[in-house]
Amino acid sequence: MELEPHLRQARDRGRKLLIPYVTAGATPDWPDAVRAIADAGADAIEIGIPFSDPMMDGPVIQQASLVALQAGTTPSGVLDTLASMEPGVPLVVMTYYNIVFRASERRFAGRLAEVGVSGAILPDLQLDEAGSWCEAADAAGVASVLLVAPSTPDERAMAICSRSRGFVYGVGVMGITGERASLATSARQAATRLRRFTDLPVCIGVGVSTPGQAAQVCADADGVIVGSALVHRMLDGATPQDAADFVGAIRKALDSL
Amino acid sequence: MPAPGPDGRFGEFGGRYVPESLVPACMELEGAFRDAWADPSFHAELDGILRDYGGRPTPLTECSRLSDRLGVRLLLKREDLAHTGSHKINNVIGQALLARRMGKRRLIAETGAGQHGVATATAAALFGMECVVYMGEVDTERQELNVFRMELLGTEVRPVRTGSRTLKDAVNEALRDWVASVEGTHYCIGSVMGPHPYPWMVREFQRVVGDEALDQCRAILDGGEPDWVVACVGGGSNAAGTFAGFVDTGAALVGVEAEGGAAITRGTPGVLHGMQSHLLQDEDGQISEAESISAGLDYPGIGPEHAHLAASGRARYERAQDAEVVSAFRLLAETEGIIPALESAHAIAWVVREAGRSIPEGSTVMVTLSGRGDKDVAQVRDLVGREGSAADGA
Ligand SMILES: Cc1ncc(COP(=O)(O)O)c(C=O)c1O
Repeated sequence: MELEPHLRQARDRGRKLLIPYVTAGATPDWPDAVRAIADAGADAIEIGIPFSDPMMDGPVIQQASLVALQAGTTPSGVLDTLASMEPGVPLVVMTYYNIVFRASERRFAGRLAEVGVSGAILPDLQLDEAGSWCEAADAAGVASVLLVAPSTPDERAMAICSRSRGFVYGVGVMGITGERASLATSARQAATRLRRFTDLPVCIGVGVSTPGQAAQVCADADGVIVGSALVHRMLDGATPQDAADFVGAIRKALDSL
Repeated sequence: MPAPGPDGRFGEFGGRYVPESLVPACMELEGAFRDAWADPSFHAELDGILRDYGGRPTPLTECSRLSDRLGVRLLLKREDLAHTGSHKINNVIGQALLARRMGKRRLIAETGAGQHGVATATAAALFGMECVVYMGEVDTERQELNVFRMELLGTEVRPVRTGSRTLKDAVNEALRDWVASVEGTHYCIGSVMGPHPYPWMVREFQRVVGDEALDQCRAILDGGEPDWVVACVGGGSNAAGTFAGFVDTGAALVGVEAEGGAAITRGTPGVLHGMQSHLLQDEDGQISEAESISAGLDYPGIGPEHAHLAASGRARYERAQDAEVVSAFRLLAETEGIIPALESAHAIAWVVREAGRSIPEGSTVMVTLSGRGDKDVAQVRDLVGREGSAADGA
């Protein structure tokens, strides 16, 4: 499934985009959780391939990565699982660049395409280092989603928007992933700013934790990415149905905008 | 050694692999460093502080008794005599001055053995800055005194309980802090690692070691130069600073890694902590945990310029094992009255092992003694108990 047309069509129908994040391997039944979340109204799902040193992640996703690695989760194991998943929405993998570098960019991109993954997010691969990866992803038909931070100057933000595929990931707050008690003002500002630079869907992630915060940010953004708040629940023993209920609650909040 | 290319690379190694949030800060730092390094008033201030406060220049010591025993002429560059007890102060004073130039009032740092943490805490006290040091929990236990030393200097030490709870995890945690605090905070990286411009900038701040040592060698050797130049390598800052002085001489350059942290000889190419270099990792790219008695060398990576020097053949990288390091630690104490840091003892251990083998008898060998061993005395006591002396067996 191609990421960009799928997200554009949904947006152009007036729908706010909801992209939940799940760390692969964080619970034994994570594939069931992914399917249930898809049915609960996700427009795409971010699948975290765990890395030993997740420096952009806060305690929740660090813990999920550790649990997953201790359970023997590997990149190729995750991709094999995704190959047979058929969740009905596009899947986007999120991992750190060393996993890609080690496999080689071309082989990794090719393997993503083979197993039906639509896109990839590499939070430690910024624009100036991303050239050859973006080309490899383009060649394989995989969308390389790039991130813009609140600290990114306008001119650079424009360059990132024009190299990003699928959507533009606007980082909502200066900081690592993790739940926040309230939505940072930088989240809505990010959405408004990026809208001026691109016609791609603009989705905001990092620090969006509740249905209410998701609705707040979507007043200005095309969509949201919700990670730690969901993974936190899964680590605490949420069943796939519980996870789906949480995602369903966010869906409802977005649909009532 | 030349500056890296505009993309921050030494050959294929280096680069700037950081989250987008940190890119503007890395660019600002690069600009500030280029500007300061071309500014004579910056050099004058830095040199003045290193002289009047840091105790530079440090001496070059001829080791007659150990030389006799080894059959090579051994010279030590005495970074153990610099303020705070290691070469780390050279880099930290430079970075603290830069932070001040950029208007940043808070310093953060990672530390392994605690020497870089102590140096950063010292600079923060000297310049009246706020300071937080991240240190793996394993290291806070084996370097307990250094934790208290940092606290005495007014720094907050935050133990890191994730991952292997050593240096690599402390770097992760410092980077996480920096992503959220970058506006008013300077991340004072302690070695020639991290994203561009750090590997280059830290090497330039440490080149004072090599530049001084070259002049001092020439003075002792009637204008001659050493045949061998040896330094221990964790991230590689004392080695890079040393090599910078000798790279244009005929000396063979040798970096000595810990057996359990040998990123060059046992690692493979990879990307971690902002840089492309050599790493200890598995086939999937998950980073392995280094393992060494010396907290300062307990790191699965190495600075990118060393990966390049190894690839180009200008420097070679060797390993020393924990047991021979402890013997070398004791040997230097007993023969020369110098207790080296366990990190520095790696360089000595390699020379002790190779003198008369790969180092031909009669060679002149200059070793950078990166730090003093006070911090390691309790650990070595626990390791060796109170059996016989090292000199008996060596
Ligand atoms: C005395 C001493 N030498 C060497 C090192 C290793 O660092 P580098 O390789 O950057 O010189 C350390 C690090 O903690 C140290 O304390």
